[in-house]
Amino acid sequence: MDKSIFKNPFFKANPITVLVLGICSALAVTVQLKGAFVMALSVTVVTGFSSMLVSSIRNSIPNRVRIIVQLVIVAMFVILVDEFLKAYAYDVSKQLSVYIGLIITNCIIMGRIEAFALGNKPFPSLVDGLANGMGYGMVLVIIAFIRELFGSGTLFGFQIIPQSWYMANGGFYENNGLVILPPMALIIVGGIIWVQRAIQKELQEEK
Amino acid sequence: MKLNTNSNIYTIFYTTILVVIVAGVLAFASTALKPKQQENIALEKMQSLLRAARLGEDVSAQKNKSEYIKALYSEHMTNDFVLDYEGKVIEGEAFEIDLQAQYSIIKQIASAKTPETARAFRKQLQLPVFVCTIGEKVLNIFPCYGAGLWGPIWGYIAVEDDFETIYGAVFDHKGETPGLGAEIAHAPFYNQFVGKKLSLEGAFKSISIIKGGGQADNPNGVDAISGGTITSQSLEQAIAMWLDEYQAYFNIKRAAIGSKECCGEDCCGEEGCGEEHDHDQDGKVPCNGENCSCKTGIRNHNGHEHQTK
Repeated sequence: MDKSIFKNPFFKANPITVLVLGICSALAVTVQLKGAFVMALSVTVVTGFSSMLVSSIRNSIPNRVRIIVQLVIVAMFVILVDEFLKAYAYDVSKQLSVYIGLIITNCIIMGRIEAFALGNKPFPSLVDGLANGMGYGMVLVIIAFIRELFGSGTLFGFQIIPQSWYMANGGFYENNGLVILPPMALIIVGGIIWVQRAIQKELQEEK
Repeated sequence: MKLNTNSNIYTIFYTTILVVIVAGVLAFASTALKPKQQENIALEKMQSLLRAARLGEDVSAQKNKSEYIKALYSEHMTNDFVLDYEGKVIEGEAFEIDLQAQYSIIKQIASAKTPETARAFRKQLQLPVFVCTIGEKVLNIFPCYGAGLWGPIWGYIAVEDDFETIYGAVFDHKGETPGLGAEIAHAPFYNQFVGKKLSLEGAFKSISIIKGGGQADNPNGVDAISGGTITSQSLEQAIAMWLDEYQAYFNIKRAAIGSKECCGEDCCGEEGCGEEHDHDQDGKVPCNGENCSCKTGIRNHNGHEHQTK
């Protein structure tokens, strides 16, 4: 198996920064690190296993209804993840609330199934799905790190910026309210894309 | 023979079988995980009630969270009961009452066209009250439930036994925006409620959640959440709506406290003792049982003896 299947989604073909898929949820769940982390994990599980399942039945799927078949399979995994979180990680499941259910609308999953799983064997599809989920999760965690640190002064809920720095306590610092709002997430995504293209010249479009 | 995967019959069979299999898997998962999920929900409710009474704040540091919560709950939550709209205790299991169902009744009351229909709806109300005892302190915890921006919001407010001062409050939500409306579920927001009063110049008044409401000289207000205006307003409305239904109970209790002040053994002669009372030889106000609510044991819901001090 080609190692690039696993490596590419992290950098060269990152779902968010290069393929520009899954942007919507990257804006929605990145206010806090914990949520971003669980979201990344859930998406990884769903992309990995739905890719594998679709790939293993790819020759029997009627072509005319393949999108619906994929949708049913993805939806099944999303609901399974949701039920499991409710039973075993209730706090996090509550925090993510609707966004777990909305994993189904994450373009990465359907995108990878259409582009990869339908034409490849189950194992490479599983690896591709997992790697894409992780590549997505990596960007999510970076965004959430910046947003939680500057928006709330915490990381994983722990206070990082000393309380004595805050204006309320006579200091000079104030949390940046803009960072909490979705537009700032988009600006951070833009920043990440900028940095990546500066490093990786082949991604730059010709003038 | 190669199967034609594009024929209609194949497609129909294929999708039917797929859907049946998926439904089976999901039904199995849902049934298998249900007990665990319901336990989580009940546990969360216990935790919210304890939080409202400012207990169990160290719960995340505990190794066995669920055991810890259950132990705390059975230690402190000494009683619960269900009230009707007149503030009378009726039959029912307070813990099992569905706040959402009660909320839909309250909404119907608010939109009722005539006072008669409003009263008809009111009669259906089942209002739960939870009693929490911390040492000498007896707290009454009242729920609230309403519609936030994206989904339901709810909470519990613990009121001290003067039926005026808020001892603690806690709120939660289904899907408010993280970092904005969802801040109602975090300590910096709900801790603002501590010490606030549910009355203004003797009249009943709910808590207002407005910009700049949290000034120290405002006993009835807390600060709203910047960027979470709709959630703040909805919460304010939800609290007001629910406390309004509990008002009858509040009034009974407050009246009981008021009359108690002048019939107790040690209160007479103190300030606030009405001159119109006839004092007996000892300088004590005679208590004739009927009008004196403290003797009739109105505070005596949970079997504990709460006679006059």
